[in-house]
Amino acid sequence: MSGVPRTLLLGGAVLAAIALLAIAGPWLTPYDPTGFSVRARFSPPSAAHWFGTDEFGRDVLSRVLAGAHYSLAIGFGAMTICLVFGVPLGLLAAFHRGVVDEAIMRAVDLLISLPPILLGMLILAVTPPNLWKTIVAVGIVYIPILARLTRSVALGLLEEDFVQAARARGEGSVSILWREILPNAWSPIIVESGLRVTFAILLGSSLSFLGLGPQPPGSEWGLMIAESRQFIDRAPWVGLAPGLCLCVLLIAVNLFGEGLREYLDPRLRGRAHG
Amino acid sequence: MTGYVARRLLAVVGTLWAMSILIFAIVHVLPGNVAYTILGEYATPSSVAVLEAKLGLNDPLPLQYWRWFSAMLHGDFGQSLVMDRPAAPVILDALGRSTILAGLSFLMVASLGITLGVYAATHKGTLSDRVLALAQFLFIAVPDFFWAILAILFFASLLHWLPATGYEPLAEVGLLAWLSHLILPVCVLAIGLIAHVSRLTRSSMLDVLDSRYILAARAKGLPERLVLRRHALPNALLPTITILAIDAGILIGGVVVVETVFAYPGLGRLLVFAIEHHDLPLLQAGMMMITAIYALANLAADLAYAFLNPRIRFGGAAA
Repeated sequence: MSGVPRTLLLGGAVLAAIALLAIAGPWLTPYDPTGFSVRARFSPPSAAHWFGTDEFGRDVLSRVLAGAHYSLAIGFGAMTICLVFGVPLGLLAAFHRGVVDEAIMRAVDLLISLPPILLGMLILAVTPPNLWKTIVAVGIVYIPILARLTRSVALGLLEEDFVQAARARGEGSVSILWREILPNAWSPIIVESGLRVTFAILLGSSLSFLGLGPQPPGSEWGLMIAESRQFIDRAPWVGLAPGLCLCVLLIAVNLFGEGLREYLDPRLRGRAHG
Repeated sequence: MTGYVARRLLAVVGTLWAMSILIFAIVHVLPGNVAYTILGEYATPSSVAVLEAKLGLNDPLPLQYWRWFSAMLHGDFGQSLVMDRPAAPVILDALGRSTILAGLSFLMVASLGITLGVYAATHKGTLSDRVLALAQFLFIAVPDFFWAILAILFFASLLHWLPATGYEPLAEVGLLAWLSHLILPVCVLAIGLIAHVSRLTRSSMLDVLDSRYILAARAKGLPERLVLRRHALPNALLPTITILAIDAGILIGGVVVVETVFAYPGLGRLLVFAIEHHDLPLLQAGMMMITAIYALANLAADLAYAFLNPRIRFGGAAA
């Protein structure tokens, strides 16, 4: 496995473990994540309830497990939306300089003239929130960044000799796009999206912390932390458990993204990591 | 330089105008009847009709947009539905308190971030550099609302050193009580960004320290402190200005979350309030205000960059 950065392996391993837990969550939960138990309200962490119980006596570990898929869905779902829309928009702008390029880039400028979380809030403000809307909103927030990156990478490649040669051979735009530009543009795009997943998960959990994500009794981690605030003095574990899990997930995704960059960016390859 | 400033100002005006269309469109075109949103789902058709007539919701959208936009040009930012007051004074009040919060945080980010970055760059490879690098990595991965929870838990619930939430006006409670309500939110808002700024200052400082003119300065026998202060720092700080502008955006976003956790009555919490209570005119006005502030912050950063960068200052058309 030499040549593969340690950060990529470590981040990937932790991420895979979390993904497994998220998928297997419904079968692993020791209790019903939405089951009330009045007698067990606010039990501190114990052998029976590893992470304690909340204000309704629900088992916090079960709720954390049942909620693991939300953050992953938001992070990777939003990034998929970014790739599906951002990359073609960027390529379109690079290929059709002039009106099309101008229109796309002005739209991009407009979307980044609000800070991400506020753009997300604006998109989610009017209609009742749920998981899918949050994924789409986070995706829309980061589309401009990928469109811009794709455009600049493609513009650079269009000047390259091998693309000029393809043009001289008489290849059409579509063929140049598929066979010359995309294969060479992938690695910076993948690197950027890998790093952006961290931001997407952060943004998604912040939005759902504000009540603009999955709704109760869903146990999205940001939402759980928001709900735990009322009784933070009595039962700090209700918020600490999902918070620490979120931190572990974010660190793993960040490690994975940084490792991916190291692995794919030829300028960084072989450089000692420190 | 004048032409550059004029062009950038024009761009700000254009951004604000385009943003007003986007904000209006999202609020009015997305599925969800505005009158029902305001009155709740159990509203009777007749009360919906009355409200729609009152708000002018039956007029064509372009007319509604123009009414809203031209009123804003005349300083009228609409009426808050829930508070039944003009939105402008409510927003300006909240903005004042947010400015205190964000301003103090920004000062902290700029001073501590740059200091730590320079320290890490000049002590590259030592234990303290490594500890800083690890801390930066961890701090970036912790969401600010979780920092807030940890801070409340530790400093308010456990140690009882500081109040957990709220805000007291300076004039009524005096400096100490006023500050005690600000310390936690300001620090929570700053902590992640300090890590960000110091990390990037470190790398731009290292780039500069590698350059030949620094070698020349050292070779002619300048004391290291002068090399750093007079030669390296001014150039290393140029990229930091751009980073600080990006961070101003993150800071404005962070304000929303931090104000919500600490129940701090600022613009961010007002926006969350507007969304929770479906106060759409208040939401529209608040979003416009944030767009304006963000655009001006970016403008300030661009101008500072242009002013400090001789290539743009003397280059005329560049940028």
